[in-house]
Amino acid sequence: MPDEKFEPTIVAFFCNWCTYLAADLAGTSRMKYAPNVRVVRLMCSGRVDAQFVLDAFARGADGVLIGGCHPGDCHYQEGNYKTLRRVALLKRLLAQMGIEPERFRLEWISASEADRLKTVVNEMVEQVRALGPLRPKLAQEQVEEAVHT
Amino acid sequence: MSEKPRVAFYWCASCGGCEEAVVDLAEEILNVVSAVDIRFWPVALDFKKHDVEAMPDQDLLAAFINGAIRSSEQEEMAHLLRRKARVVVAFGACAQLGGIPGLANLYPRGEVLAAAYRESPSTVNESGILPSAASRDNGHELHLPEFWARVKPLDQVVPVDYYVPGCAPTPNIIRGALAGLLSPEPPPPASVLAPDHALCEECPRRDSKPEKLLIPKFVRPHQIAAREDTCLLAQGLVCLGPATRAGCEALCVKGNMPCSGCFGPTSRVRDQGGKALSGLGAVIEASEEEAIEAAIEGVPDPAGTFYRYSLAASLLGGVAKQA
Repeated sequence: MPDEKFEPTIVAFFCNWCTYLAADLAGTSRMKYAPNVRVVRLMCSGRVDAQFVLDAFARGADGVLIGGCHPGDCHYQEGNYKTLRRVALLKRLLAQMGIEPERFRLEWISASEADRLKTVVNEMVEQVRALGPLRPKLAQEQVEEAVHT
Repeated sequence: MSEKPRVAFYWCASCGGCEEAVVDLAEEILNVVSAVDIRFWPVALDFKKHDVEAMPDQDLLAAFINGAIRSSEQEEMAHLLRRKARVVVAFGACAQLGGIPGLANLYPRGEVLAAAYRESPSTVNESGILPSAASRDNGHELHLPEFWARVKPLDQVVPVDYYVPGCAPTPNIIRGALAGLLSPEPPPPASVLAPDHALCEECPRRDSKPEKLLIPKFVRPHQIAAREDTCLLAQGLVCLGPATRAGCEALCVKGNMPCSGCFGPTSRVRDQGGKALSGLGAVIEASEEEAIEAAIEGVPDPAGTFYRYSLAASLLGGVAKQA
């Protein structure tokens, strides 16, 4: 049941050269977007190890957003392509883990696309809000609440 | 009274392969028997639980526990052996990481029981009976161990001093572990008793791994006749060597099969599946979304492939939401 008061937490991994600058531009342009994202700046979206995404979900993120440079624009030539390939596999893995596709998103957002950043963040926050909290039940809790289900 | 160090072996959720691995030491088992006094080993010796309970606490030098923890009985035995032993060794992939039984964490408890007791083609269970912790039959109260909702590796239940990796641990690894434990200077606590580098480093095909590895698509072992002299990953097979701890002497690769990851991650990796997926995902050649999707068709079950042995010990541990 979606909770009306529920404020989702979105962990966002933004590339230093594009999406992070877009977020900066959105800030200096006084644009408003949902305050639910916790931004982690990385040098490249290619730095995003699947472990980062899994760890974010395990620690209570309701959604994870990766922002990188448009194909062909990578500061390191092909980091974003590596991300694209990994994300394809990771999406399939997360589906097996019972995590809805709306909770994990990869977007190409260049340094000048502050508007796009605002749209993507707002859209994702609303989608995840509608899904409700993820609250992964880690092994410990599961065994404690144990069996009679 | 024997002055030899006393040890125990026990099995939890496992297939018996780890017991077999000890017996597979062949003649060397005699060296083990002459070096230690085995006080409890349900698969081979006729000691009972009350014999263990009668021991003074900390009486055993070591308890070697294989198998994952998935029932109240296994949890109770793990706690009992922890109390009686100075050193607890998680023996084999299931005790270390949850192993193959840990893959059940992809499904809710109810589905696991239904699949095992109602739906499997070889099962006849017309009244649809499922095992339950307490039931009555002919006026008698019957009790069974509780079946937990999740499979756990041993160290999520009791503190573990050492890990012996492998499905099953190889004779060399067992030999090394025993020697280490019996030596005057035992290995540092909580260590995995195997080398701490990736399998690729000891792979006989290492030199054939291209400097820049790019593959057009993933293929499954039955789809190609793999060349015996070339890196399996370079041939498109999902070989987890880059994300798996060494120590097995690349047995599977020597049999022309890709590594499936049973030795678990190295100490620098928290989540073996996540790391394997990240590493292998990046070597796909395609750059267009559609072509990438086609390239990964050869991995129809990413969770079962990348977390073959480590799902229960992974960051998420299994399905994030239980139905």
